[in-house]
Amino acid sequence: MDNKQKVREFVSRFVKGHDLGDGEDIFATGFVNSMFAMQLVQFVESTFGITVESDDMEIDNFRSIDAIAALVERKQGAAV
Amino acid sequence: MSALDAAVPPADAPAADDRLRTGLGAAQEAARRGFAAWVRREVAPFAGAWDRERRTPRSVVERMAAEGFLGAVVPAGLGGTGMDAVTFGLLNEELGRGCSSIRSLVTVHSMACHALVRWGSHAQKEAWLPRMARGELIGAFGLSEPDVGSDAGAIETTAELDGDAYVLRGQKKWTTYGQIADLLLCFAKTEGKPLALLVDLHAPGVTVTPLDVAGTRASMLAEITFDGVRVPRENRLAGAGFGLAVALSVLELGRYSVACGCVGILRACLDAAAAYAGTRVQGGSLIAEHQLVQAMLAEMATDYRAARLLCLHAGWLRDRGDPQAGREVFHAKHFASVAATRAALAAVQVHGANGLTDAYPVERYLRDSRVMEIIEGSTQIQQVTLGRWAVEEAAASGESGG
Repeated sequence: MDNKQKVREFVSRFVKGHDLGDGEDIFATGFVNSMFAMQLVQFVESTFGITVESDDMEIDNFRSIDAIAALVERKQGAAV
Repeated sequence: MSALDAAVPPADAPAADDRLRTGLGAAQEAARRGFAAWVRREVAPFAGAWDRERRTPRSVVERMAAEGFLGAVVPAGLGGTGMDAVTFGLLNEELGRGCSSIRSLVTVHSMACHALVRWGSHAQKEAWLPRMARGELIGAFGLSEPDVGSDAGAIETTAELDGDAYVLRGQKKWTTYGQIADLLLCFAKTEGKPLALLVDLHAPGVTVTPLDVAGTRASMLAEITFDGVRVPRENRLAGAGFGLAVALSVLELGRYSVACGCVGILRACLDAAAAYAGTRVQGGSLIAEHQLVQAMLAEMATDYRAARLLCLHAGWLRDRGDPQAGREVFHAKHFASVAATRAALAAVQVHGANGLTDAYPVERYLRDSRVMEIIEGSTQIQQVTLGRWAVEEAAASGESGG
């Protein structure tokens, strides 16, 4: 399973009954609350072995499945 | 020494005994003894006076920094002590045994440090953590507001980006050690979503007003007002929507610290009640020989052990990075705080009218224990959360009983 598929699967647990597009704004769907942000950060750290820091904690980095996958790719690339 | 005292080894008992029963490593047990000795010498004899004076002397803060207590959660590479979670728990237990206000200082300061350790950029860590570990900067935690307690997502303080700074407006309340803190881990809303900022409490536009409460009276609580305070952009720990991620991770550390502090209260209640019962004569016999008094001591002694084991277990899980650590911290804090109140009530009862005077420490333990059931998640919030998790766990394992 590629990174984007893993992110898609995680987010779909919260956005139930809605077919979320990869570029769609997760926070604008109305399905997620403030706890979701924390769970999302924990998910990307534990799943992809990256460390999310203060500069990463911008809504633009987590706004969509595409954005999250791009953040993971960027962080994994930077770690190498 | 009563039979009950004999069952609980004194702080200077052979280390091997405690290791066998609690699983503590030799270094952890040695650290605990050091903490206990320091608290006996530097804290316990003065805690009642600090409570009455409603202040913590600056010299005590300086001595805590010199001991490395203020850098407990800061890595050694950044000037801290870099304690493992179990050792940090033991520090909180021993401090809590002597003075819950002093323990609260370690709690909130460590929460601010932890936010930087966990979420800070390299530059942010370098800028603040070494000075915080040395006690040159005291950190505090700013989430609660006059109208916002358990519902953290409802904070009303705002931070509006203006050029290279956020402009902060609003009010924080019940800020522990807010009267002496230099740096506040502050949560505010920007674009309607929570963010996390580190705020210099000496900046123009900050007003700190002392608050007086019935418990942890030396913890120098404050109400802090922000009237257009400019906070540099580089002081931001988390952007819009991610402030609560920082708050919740930091609160877990705070909850663990409070839970361990409650174990200290339990032990202090047990020690005080057992000692009093062993000297107080009524009807020609020591009240320790009265079975109804023994029943109270038995409950205290059992609660103390149970709370301590829950805390140690949570600490071990934190050290292992186990994802279940958060849940176990909730259990430990819930049990330990409720048990501390129970023990403090019983300790006062054992002392009779004497227990209601400040000639004995148990009335302070009772006032302090009430605080523990309110902070870092009230008892009722803990119950709701733990109850929900229990239901979810049963559903996930297919053991709904149907």
